[in-house]
Amino acid sequence: MTRFTDKTSAWKGPYAPYDLVKELCIALGVITLLAVVLTVLFSSPDDKPSTIASWSTAMPADFVGTAVSELDGTSGTAEYGPPYNNAAEGQHAAFLKPQEWLGVSHPIDTPNAYVFEPLQTIPNDPAVKNAVATYKAAPVKQQKEWSEAYAKALEKATVQPNGTLKVPPGEYGPVPVIMGALLGLAQTGGLEGNLLRSSQFFQTDYTKPLLLMADGKLLEERAEADHLLGDQWGMMNETGSYPGQSWLWLYTFWYQVEPFKESENADILVVLVMTVLSLAFILIPFIPGIRSIPRWIPVHRLIWREHYRASGVG
Amino acid sequence: MSVAATPKRNWTVRTREAGVAALPPEKLLPEGQPTYVDSWIYIFGVATLSALIVIIGSGMILTLKGPAWWHDTGIGHFFNSIHLWAVELFFFTMVVHLWGKYWMAAWRGGRAKVWMTGAITFLIAVPAALTGYVSQQNFDAQWISTQAKDAMNSLGVGAFFNVTNFGQMYSWHILLFPVAVVALVSAHVLLVRRHGVVPPFELSERDTVSRASDASPPPTPPAGGISAGDSVAGGAPGGAPPGGAPNPSDPLGRQGAGS
Repeated sequence: MTRFTDKTSAWKGPYAPYDLVKELCIALGVITLLAVVLTVLFSSPDDKPSTIASWSTAMPADFVGTAVSELDGTSGTAEYGPPYNNAAEGQHAAFLKPQEWLGVSHPIDTPNAYVFEPLQTIPNDPAVKNAVATYKAAPVKQQKEWSEAYAKALEKATVQPNGTLKVPPGEYGPVPVIMGALLGLAQTGGLEGNLLRSSQFFQTDYTKPLLLMADGKLLEERAEADHLLGDQWGMMNETGSYPGQSWLWLYTFWYQVEPFKESENADILVVLVMTVLSLAFILIPFIPGIRSIPRWIPVHRLIWREHYRASGVG
Repeated sequence: MSVAATPKRNWTVRTREAGVAALPPEKLLPEGQPTYVDSWIYIFGVATLSALIVIIGSGMILTLKGPAWWHDTGIGHFFNSIHLWAVELFFFTMVVHLWGKYWMAAWRGGRAKVWMTGAITFLIAVPAALTGYVSQQNFDAQWISTQAKDAMNSLGVGAFFNVTNFGQMYSWHILLFPVAVVALVSAHVLLVRRHGVVPPFELSERDTVSRASDASPPPTPPAGGISAGDSVAGGAPGGAPPGGAPNPSDPLGRQGAGS
């Protein structure tokens, strides 16, 4: 058996003519051709985005149910914590609480942001104004009873030909009027524009409408159909049958196994694991054992087989 | 043009001299390679670089017409598709390149920085791609952004890196991340040219010379020494013989330049 005496010192052996620039040009041509061929053969996915108007029209009960949860503070966004509000501490890992430490940077007060402020844009509708005033004036306990009763009634709601909802009679207070107005605003596209409103004329921040839609079921249903959910290895998938971010396979893997799978702190735990692994990846040259594996498993004998053969040691 | 007397402290001169000393032209663009550079695995480095060029080229075309163009026209969709497939090719070739370099233990002989810049490039390319995915303005972007926010927020990163803010993500995608990736790849390639392609694990001493001086001198091995092949520093950069003496084995008659 040949003993390794590698000292990785300077190469003193022969050189062969080589044209680096020519190699780059040829490689560039081949890669460009490959990209064009793949484009011609497979194009690329471009599934139309969902809108609040299309969501509230196609799934009015889900939209209204989501809006009610924003109103009474039980939605995913309302209970999220930083960076949107202080309703929760956010995720943590042992003493590490970066979500809490960084605080609320994108404040979203869901009743105001998603219900009251948009309704203020409806002109000349005293019924809506009165309903909002009645709701705001009621004790919190009363508000909760109205919204919970209405949310429960939505399970038996029927969609009318004009797109509105009809729920069984009950003690809902002003909630049906508020939600009816909000549904109408959403179906006409007015809510979308309202949520994108900022102090500037131009805006590019879609945080509010995206979080509202994420609180509902539409995005999730579309994602499940396209195998994009977290438990479907969704982070590395793409709509349709296209390859997605397959380089995220290891990151996605952790979400499929315990203790991450069921953990409320899964995101920070997975990110921390990946941070450690990423540092190890960068520092492989300095990690005993890991850096020696290539010497123990001689794949290099295959890579440099011509060299070893020519050297008479292969 | 003649300059009467160039001060020794002239920053420009010192920068030029340091640059040329570190990477003389014949080392930057050598006309020969050591004969061991003879495997299909070496293709994947230049293939990764080529894919990056296609990504940037197609991205620049997309940038010329704005972020919504590719949804509205066939030609726009065509260039977006090229952009997407170039990204897939970039990651594929880069991963093969990285695996190849791992099995070569390409950090040997003072080449740790070469490995590290390559590894960091991969890690930076991941959010560079992510910001592209969330800038697509389609359902995919909606879903990915609403999912990715949780990981960002859990780390507190969401406070200043908001994946649901299209304007912010688009800016990162077309400027900050590309600048970072190009800078890292440039550093990586220059380091490869400076240190040369890592030589094979030697099975005998016949093709090697003793360690020579290096820009990053080898550490003194502790008692018991460093296991052969585990060293991450030392070795003459670029395979240049010590002292720049003519390389008798070089058919091109060069001074052991480049790789």
